[in-house]
Amino acid sequence: MIYQGKQKIWADYQKEIPDDHWFYVRSCIRQNFFPASEKYFLVICRDMLGRDIFETEHHTTCAGIAYHCDTIPQETAMTVVARQFALMTEAGYENFVTSCITSFGNYCEILETWREFPELEAKIREDLWKACRREFNKPKYIAHASDLVYKFRGEIAERAKYRLVARATGEPLRIVEHIGCHYAKMFPHKGVGGAEYPCVLSGMAEAWGGQVIDYPERRHCCGYGFRQYHIKANRGYSLSNTHKKFESMEPFHPDMIITNCPGCPYFLDRWQYVISEMTGKTYGQNGYGIPALTYEELAGLVLGIDPWDLGFQMHQVAIEPLLDKIGIPYDPARKYLGVDEKKIKTPGLPTTLKCC
Amino acid sequence: MDFGYQINPSSAVNLDQVDRRRYDALVRLSPDAATCMGCGSCSATCTSSAWSGMSVRKVLLGLQRGRDAEVNRMLSACMLCGKCTMVCPRGINTRQLILTLCRLDKNGEVVR
Repeated sequence: MIYQGKQKIWADYQKEIPDDHWFYVRSCIRQNFFPASEKYFLVICRDMLGRDIFETEHHTTCAGIAYHCDTIPQETAMTVVARQFALMTEAGYENFVTSCITSFGNYCEILETWREFPELEAKIREDLWKACRREFNKPKYIAHASDLVYKFRGEIAERAKYRLVARATGEPLRIVEHIGCHYAKMFPHKGVGGAEYPCVLSGMAEAWGGQVIDYPERRHCCGYGFRQYHIKANRGYSLSNTHKKFESMEPFHPDMIITNCPGCPYFLDRWQYVISEMTGKTYGQNGYGIPALTYEELAGLVLGIDPWDLGFQMHQVAIEPLLDKIGIPYDPARKYLGVDEKKIKTPGLPTTLKCC
Repeated sequence: MDFGYQINPSSAVNLDQVDRRRYDALVRLSPDAATCMGCGSCSATCTSSAWSGMSVRKVLLGLQRGRDAEVNRMLSACMLCGKCTMVCPRGINTRQLILTLCRLDKNGEVVR
């Protein structure tokens, strides 16, 4: 194919992401799993890159988690989402950025449903007015927070203190990227690179010096799958999917996994402990696991933010071997210090998976 | 440690670890096996497939994926009527193929 033709086709897989003025909504579960990620998204975008990103303490869950667990109907989720849009409208913003992949999918799905069924949108507007006397404009643009970091990846690379290369050898780190299913599998044109060539995370990894590795189960679900995990009888199915991914990536010896979804880093991290307890197998080097990072944590690391401020002590898999490999200094004594510099409890160690 | 759930075995086929000796022996003895394009005409016309799960297409695919037990189960249901041979667009003598296959053990050795 001629070069221009390739460029034209690739252009269809891109999306124009506005540069500034965003209304930010957080995830309902990330605060518990990896609490520093959302904070450092705001620190990086607002304080370091000087963008206008507004958030309000009045926003709630988008209800996507309950919708995907089959516990509430879509109309209920729509009314909750309509309230979020009302908050955005009241704050004077038109661009909406979500921290959560499922929220992103949920917002896209609801807007698409309203486009197909305008009478439903009218009903939700009426329900919202009856419930809390609010009105809303639909956002002009919806992005996921990783879209913004992808857009700013060049600026972050310019300010980077460390690059994703092994200090001892100078070789780029081998990075597995895992994109949340609700990012581009539901609405391919809403994701950078579409469903076939999503490059939102691989673009960041390569811009910051890493090497993205391909493996057979690269686009497989992390295993969370909402109703698979939340119903305990199905939990083995969730674990089996994660196990399948690790078995598939193992021969390629990844140094780390980066993700853009709230559930994926949690399950790719914690299930390594469960797999090691069940089978005695670990996937990293020397008995350690493969660290699973969020893209904000990775951006924070390359920008030189202290690893313990980024919340790596909340990870099951030890991050220290990776920090040593890149050459990022850290103080082991500070690992389990709370915000007031007082020692918080040290967790118990697994029997098989090596931790620091 | 008992978590109350287990890891289920994966159904993924790792082609690097598949034992293809029986398939390779079949192709050596009946080279037309390699010309199969998997159209499924044989399976569509098979008299026993509806009640036994026999499918010549699946037999050849199973051999290439190292699923020997599944292949043997299907072969035992074949009645050798030969209708599959009549419909094959590639002209493969599928009846002969099945007879050859029955003579091979899982290591690809001719045993009868």
